[in-house]
Parts: sequence; structure tokens; C-alpha cells
Amino acid sequence: MDLQNQQRIKDVAEKNNAEDIIVILGASDAEGAGIYAETVTAGDPTYAGPLAGVPLGLPVYHILDPLLKAEADPKAWEEQISMMEMVLDGEGLTTSVAEMREQNGKSVL
Amino acid sequence: MATVAVKATAYCLAFTPEIGLRYGTTPCQEHLAHPDSPFLKDLARSAQPYDVASRYAPNLTYIGAMTTDQLAAHAQPCFAHLEDKPQRFGRYGEIMPEDEFIGLLDICDVFDLVWLERDFAASIKRKLTAHPLMTDAQLKHLEEGRDAAELAAEVAKNQALPLYQEGKMVGCCRRGHKTDENLSAHVLLENLASKAGAVLSLLHLIRNAGMRPADIDFVVDCSEEAAGDINQRGGGNMAKAIAESADCVNASGFDVRAFCAAPVASIITSASMVVAGARKNVAVVSGGSIPKLYMNAREHVKKNVPPMENSMGCFAVLLTPDDGQNPVIRLDALGKHTVGAGASPQAVTAALIWEPLLAAGLTFTDVDKYAPELHDPEVTVPAGAGNVPEANYKMVAALAVMKGQCEKAGIQDFVKRHGLPGFAPTQGHIPSGVPFLGHAADAIREGHMKRAMIIGKGSLFLGRLTNLADGASFMVEAPREAGGSQVAVSKDDVEAVILDVLGDLAKKLKE
Repeated sequence: MDLQNQQRIKDVAEKNNAEDIIVILGASDAEGAGIYAETVTAGDPTYAGPLAGVPLGLPVYHILDPLLKAEADPKAWEEQISMMEMVLDGEGLTTSVAEMREQNGKSVL
Repeated sequence: MATVAVKATAYCLAFTPEIGLRYGTTPCQEHLAHPDSPFLKDLARSAQPYDVASRYAPNLTYIGAMTTDQLAAHAQPCFAHLEDKPQRFGRYGEIMPEDEFIGLLDICDVFDLVWLERDFAASIKRKLTAHPLMTDAQLKHLEEGRDAAELAAEVAKNQALPLYQEGKMVGCCRRGHKTDENLSAHVLLENLASKAGAVLSLLHLIRNAGMRPADIDFVVDCSEEAAGDINQRGGGNMAKAIAESADCVNASGFDVRAFCAAPVASIITSASMVVAGARKNVAVVSGGSIPKLYMNAREHVKKNVPPMENSMGCFAVLLTPDDGQNPVIRLDALGKHTVGAGASPQAVTAALIWEPLLAAGLTFTDVDKYAPELHDPEVTVPAGAGNVPEANYKMVAALAVMKGQCEKAGIQDFVKRHGLPGFAPTQGHIPSGVPFLGHAADAIREGHMKRAMIIGKGSLFLGRLTNLADGASFMVEAPREAGGSQVAVSKDDVEAVILDVLGDLAKKLKE
């Protein structure tokens, strides 16, 4: 996760209650999604960014997680997400993020 | 329908591993932070020689020594299945070795910024004199060289950047001002390298078109560098400087910047000038980018993959009035990612692909090949960025499914039929669709292809002025005489329209 996005998430986490925050990822590959999920739960694994050594433990989900799809406006989903849903490995992405969330997260939906 | 001919194309690579090891952004930043970094030592150890770069199938495809079909059928990974013989020249251009490119930097330098060591200068003069495209006019700009001690003093005292070959300092790039960071040696080296790469491609372009430098009317540069000083850091007109070094005495020029979308934007701009009659023979050119050399090398070294980001990509395209013979770019159906289009991949793909198809009355399968960002996957996959062209093709296919023009089960087949293997160096603006224009034009001339779509996308948000991305696209197709989709308007058609209008008018007058 780039340094700027790490800083944005850190700032949001500091200014709000943790239970009011959810991180939604749109990464296209499972390995990358897992690293992003690790960054916002256990901290930046590359120790290069503002979240190095900062275990926020935020609830993190991939946008293709069926839990989130159930919450989405079907019309907006059709307009914005349905094409990528056909292209990406939704199950692999959901699982990769879920593993990190369950290992390091402090709260879930 | 407004159409413009693609008369010729040129694609070159400047093989510059030693420049990359020192001045590519990733190694350079690492050197500043950790001068004794194990990564830098590992990278230097695993750097590949010219012999490998000139036998690497994606590079050979880029310069036109191999077709995209040959690359698609090639054993993977290409870095482990090198061609038997090195090949410097291809149908479109060449892979220039680093020592000759340093010589070309000096030829393109008109401010005495580049200094060469005396023996090195002599050896380069011999090599460049034998180059098929270098003229006396260019060679006279190559300096005689100086003592090594003079170069070392300039580096030590005046912050010149040393240039190396096989670990030995053979030259340096000097700063243009003591305090202006826009004229630091580093910025000037980047700008000069971009200029030199563009000059090399322009020389190949003129040769490929069978023209003389004086025939070029206008040059448009679409690289990613900013030329200027403290009062106008992006003042520009790299294009005119490039035209001057290529002896295009009748040309002027300007620059177009739009991040990685700039090549497509420049071609649309230039084609519009040609159609309007404002300029006749317009060359769209770009040199490469030093910062992106070894950009992903950290991951390559970690995963023990050869770091192949050792060459700068450059290209040139010549647009001329439609002559009915050459493949044409049509200007009636262009893709444009508007401010209000939205940023989701779906919105971008629809704006750049679906809307121009609609405008042209075409279906997804009427385009033989789509050319989005054609990054070499052997570079991007180990770096964690995935197979970029393949991801784009899946998106095009998925959109075709949504529009009812492809079965969901047919996505893989669509990708295979209408996709291409990635073969372009990861140089930002360079992979953005345009590397396929030469191959597409040839396939159209030879009758193997009717139509291709070239798609460019740019990450504007990197400039911190907007969160938006950008994109543009155009279609290239067979000219009218060769069965393209342009409909000729005959005298009879015009008469029929006039009769219809007169009939309607008569009816209204009676009412």
C-alpha cells in the first residue's frame, strides 16, 4: 500500500472511533489484497510507511466479498462493479483478505 | 469521415543499464538512503548484458524484429528462452548499446552539458560513424573529449553526474545552473536522454517513410519530462529541440503532456492538424524515461528474476493526409474519458472502448485487436502488478458480455482472439497502446487485419492536482480502397440528398 494511502487511513483511524471505520479494498490480485489487509490490521509489513509497527486492527473487506455485495445498491453495483466481478477472482480475493482480518483484526462487521 | 494516414512508424530501445543502476528512481533513492544497500549490490550483480537484451523476444517485438503472433507463440518465460542470435536492428528501429547512446547524448547536447573522456569519445566516433543513420551534420556535434582528471574534477567540484561504462567513468553530465534545481545535472540528464531517444526514433522514422528530414513539417513530443528553468519549469518544446537535432529544418513543434495517455492524445491532436490542413507531415515522437529504469527491480532481485528494465523505450509515428493507400486513423469515433465519466474500471472501459464503437456503428468483434497498456508481463508479474494487458482484455470481454455481444463462457476465447501479449518496456507513456501501431499498420497493409483500437490511459493523480485518471483511444483501419469502413460519397449520393431536401422544402411551402 502506498505511503500516502497509509497516512490517509492512519489519520482517519486517529480522528474517529475504530468501530465506525471499515476499510474496503478494490485490489485486483489476491497477494496484493492480502498485503493491503495486513497493512491496515497488523501494520505495514515492508516497514516503509506510516503504518509500520502500527497495528490498527481495522475491519477490512474486499469489495467483492458477498457480505458487502448484499449491502450495496444493486443499480450502483451493476453500473460500477459488475464488469470487474466477471473479471476478478472474487472468492480468492475475499479469502485472502479474510485470512488477514481474522488473524490480526480487532473487530469485524 | 475525417481520416489521416499512418505513413510510417519507428520504435527503438536505448539499452542503458549503467545509467539505470545509478539514476533510475528506485536505485537512486536507495543509494541516497542506504549507500551500502545489499539490494544495490545484488542488482548490479544481476544486471543483464546487451547480448541478453538483444535476444529477448519482447524487445525484438518492440523494434519489429519479431511479430506479435511470433511472440504469442514463443516459449515462456522469454528471459529463459532467448533467441539464438542477438539482433540490433528490426523492421522499425534498433536496440542501441549504451556507449553509443552516451555518444548520442553528446550529439544532442548544444549547451556543453555532456563531457566525454578522450579515448571513449574517439571509440564512439568510430562506432557512430558506422551507424547507418548518423549524418555528418550530427557527427560534427560529437566532441573530441577531455582528460579523465577534468571530468573527475567537474564531478567532485560542480556536482556533475558521472556516466559509466563497465564501471569506468567515460563521461559526465553537468548542471545548467548553480542553484536552480530545474537545471540540475540530474534533471538535465533525464531531459537529454529523452531528447536523444526521440531523435534516434525520428531518424529511423524518416528512413522508414522514405523521406528526407526537410520533409517533416511539424513534430509533437509526448514524453513525460518537463524542460524549463525556475521561472517556467515545464516551459517545454522538447519537440523543436528534437527536430533541430534530426535536421528537420522545415519543422517546428510543440509538446503534449497527459501522463501515459499523452501518446494517444498527441496522435489525435496531430491527426486533427493534418485533417484540417494546418500541417502536412506531422511526426509524433517520444524518448524514454531514465527514472523508470529498474523501477521494479527490488521485487525482481528478491524473486531471483532477471531485472529486464534496462532499456528506455522510444518511438515515432508519421501522420500524413489520407492517400487511400496507407492505413488510416479515423477521427469520427474517438474514445474520451470525460471528467464526469467516473473512475471505476467499468466507466473507463465504457468511455474508451464502447462509446467509440457505438459512434462508428461497430461491434466489439469488428475490432481485430485491442492495444491497451502493453507492459511486458515478465517484468510486471514478479513485481506484483499482474499481467496488465491480459487484465485489460478481460475487462473489454466482460464489457462485451454486458452489452450482449459476447457469451460469458466466451471471455477467454475473446481475450485470445482480440488480445496481444505485452512486449513494451515499463516506461510509463511508452506501453500505452502505441507500440502496436506499427505492427497493426503492417498487418493492415498486408491484408491480415482490418482494424485495431489503440488505447491510452494516464494516472493524472500522480501530479497531485486532481484525483482523476485520464484516457483516450482511436481506431486504425484499412483505407477506403482496401475495404475499410469509410464510405465514399458519390455524386449520385449528393444529388439524392439535394433532391430529398428540395422535395421536403416544396412540401412545406405548399402547406
